[in-house]
Amino acid sequence: MKAWVFGDNVDTDAIAPGRYMKSAIEEIAKHCLESVSPSFASSVEKGDFVVGGRNFGAGSSREQAPEALKHLGVAVLVAQSFAGLFYRNAINLGLPALACAQAKRIRQGDLLKVDPLGGTIENLTTGETLECEPIPPFLMSIIRDGGLLPHLEKRLARTA
Amino acid sequence: MAQTLAQKLVARAAGREQVTPGEIVTCKVDLAMVHDSSGPRRLKPRLERLGAKVWDPSKVVVITDHYLPAYDDESRKIIQIARDWVKEAGVSAFYDAQGICHVVLPERGHLRPGMFAVGGDSHSPTGGAFATYMFGIGATEMLGVMVTGEIWLKVPHTIAMDFDGGLSPGVSAKDVMLFLIGRFGMDGGQYQAVEYRGPAIRALSMQERMTLCNMTAELGGQTGLIASDSVTEEFLKKKIEIWDSDPDAPLLAHHKFDAGELAPQVAAPHSPANTRAVGEFREKVDLAYIGACTGAKLDDLRMAASVLKGRKSKVRLLVAPASLRDQQAAEKEGTLGILLDAGAELLANSCGMCAGYGENLLPDGAVAISTTARNFKGRMGSASAQVYLASPYTVAASAVAGRIADPRELLA
Repeated sequence: MKAWVFGDNVDTDAIAPGRYMKSAIEEIAKHCLESVSPSFASSVEKGDFVVGGRNFGAGSSREQAPEALKHLGVAVLVAQSFAGLFYRNAINLGLPALACAQAKRIRQGDLLKVDPLGGTIENLTTGETLECEPIPPFLMSIIRDGGLLPHLEKRLARTA
Repeated sequence: MAQTLAQKLVARAAGREQVTPGEIVTCKVDLAMVHDSSGPRRLKPRLERLGAKVWDPSKVVVITDHYLPAYDDESRKIIQIARDWVKEAGVSAFYDAQGICHVVLPERGHLRPGMFAVGGDSHSPTGGAFATYMFGIGATEMLGVMVTGEIWLKVPHTIAMDFDGGLSPGVSAKDVMLFLIGRFGMDGGQYQAVEYRGPAIRALSMQERMTLCNMTAELGGQTGLIASDSVTEEFLKKKIEIWDSDPDAPLLAHHKFDAGELAPQVAAPHSPANTRAVGEFREKVDLAYIGACTGAKLDDLRMAASVLKGRKSKVRLLVAPASLRDQQAAEKEGTLGILLDAGAELLANSCGMCAGYGENLLPDGAVAISTTARNFKGRMGSASAQVYLASPYTVAASAVAGRIADPRELLA
């Protein structure tokens, strides 16, 4: 599926604006990234990738930011680097976030194939393969369970 | 092996003698703080789904500050969920409409040096001013803490920001942070521990130290830390342990500055990293905002009052003291009166406009100067609003001038 490319320091107020924070995720998602890319929320398709520059997700602890992206169907987040708090939130919601030093080689609309565990991105448009930092196995186990909540559910069921 | 303050705090929480930066450890949480927006309304349904209870209600603090004053049915409902949930969960440390969580938490004595704490808000590094390892997490991760009492952590490296000398009159902790964020960028902290040290830091009050650690969020650190000392002890009014880095502990970077050379700083729209010295700005403003955990504590109000004394604001001046206690103290000592005489409108002790919550939002095309921490596009209201960030001194001086102004000229 295709890449939606953004710049450096995309912040959580752009991803999930504060004034919609009391609403349900369906409503917040409609305004996701609207200040940067007004057509993103209405045009992004299930399985697409969001590609950021440095420090993607800077700012707030609000997990509605990765939640909105997941709700819109984004399959994997790729960025040159992520803000630490946003990164933890994305993993905890079961949304893979892949740090890739060469993320800036990806252009808007490029077709990608992403392997979060192996840490590679195949750019089907350019034929390039980009190396990334693989997601550590213990975080991948949270993602595979669908996020920290189902992961805890499993853990509690085991100890019950 | 010599350990940094961050390593010592993490090692204690992980039940280890020593830890090494980069290794992943599981820490026991001494305190978990949540507010109305990230807390009960998101925790309650998930705890119910898991059929789980809070691991230790005596270690949980709940503070309402985001949806206050409630202004519609949804915000009233969010606040009510918090009020009902603390009873249900058996949480006795509940502060309702007492001010912003990061200021209320230490004000009510919940932090002490040596602790390991998490907060459901990105400005949680504020607690690091008390030599507590404190950082912000999202609501799902907070759920994990509430159920297990534990959290995983990649042991951070330490970046030392070392300030020699002393800050000049009219220059404050806020200027230090705007300078550092401008210099190193919003990811300069690399999600590691940032430790503020040196004589200029030692000379700061606790609330000024809180401003440094608070804006470590904008510098991109996981936490900001300051070693405990007699200033910490005096603020907490009880005997404390001294927690500090070993002098020869390895650092990721050690940046040294002369605090006396620092001029007041201003961050232009739309990034806290877009910072230059105040002298490079002359923009007209039509609103001045003194608010938030970053910029409306008692010490912040005092700074603004030292500039505004006997003067009038030329523009709309809004003041939202960061806590009720700070507001009452400001009232008693006359600080609040000075602000009101200058034409300030007093707002509730809550996050309000800083976070784009509530009814007071910046209209289209507004140009504001603010003591808050973030000037992201659209955060405080309209996406066409322009927000400049500065210290309480500079915001006050700009209110008087009707344009961005150097407070040192008015303080002279």
